[in-house]
Amino acid sequence: MNAVPFWVEAVVALLLVASGLFVVIGAMGFLRLPGFFLRMHPPALTYTVGSWCVALAGALYFSVLEGRLALHPLLIPIFLAITVPVTTLLLARVALFRRRLAGKAETPAPLIAKDAPPSGERRAP
Amino acid sequence: MSPLLFYAIAFTLGCYAVASVMVLVRLLRGPRAQDRVFALDLLYFQAMLVVLVTGIFHQSDRYFEVALLIALFGFVSSAGMAKFILRGEVIE
Repeated sequence: MNAVPFWVEAVVALLLVASGLFVVIGAMGFLRLPGFFLRMHPPALTYTVGSWCVALAGALYFSVLEGRLALHPLLIPIFLAITVPVTTLLLARVALFRRRLAGKAETPAPLIAKDAPPSGERRAP
Repeated sequence: MSPLLFYAIAFTLGCYAVASVMVLVRLLRGPRAQDRVFALDLLYFQAMLVVLVTGIFHQSDRYFEVALLIALFGFVSSAGMAKFILRGEVIE
């Protein structure tokens, strides 16, 4: 366990505060925007900037604290970069599908509608 | 730990708490099911961030594994709920 110099603590504090502010901004947008598709955008700030800032702060702090290169906190945002788009895409498909099912106006038609047979109700994958 | 880092961590955790309350309001109020699923996903994520910041506060590496597990289970549960909404509507 090394003593952590002050400038490292300052950088870590800055990254943590930035992450907190971005998470609040994302949650505020998620709370206030009207409509599901609009609401999906602000949490991207939380998912990217929030997690990267915290992971960089953790990597820097533990590297200095233990006196060796500790890059394992960076695994989390890399893993999230794979999983979050999957979840988001799936939920967007859900919202679009339910919107079509409800027959709302201004819903984009399915791309395969022209050549599909008339009974071509979209099946779940 | 200097007072600067201590207060920064306290501020960050406070920010996460405020954000979690906002997301919780959306979870309770969300007009449709996909809003609630997305809010649950976001809550999972914020809990994971809280665990990571707590790990920095306690200067312990163990919290990292907890955060990784929370991220993994959050992904699995959100994907599962999204699939459930999709197929439940089709069966209807």
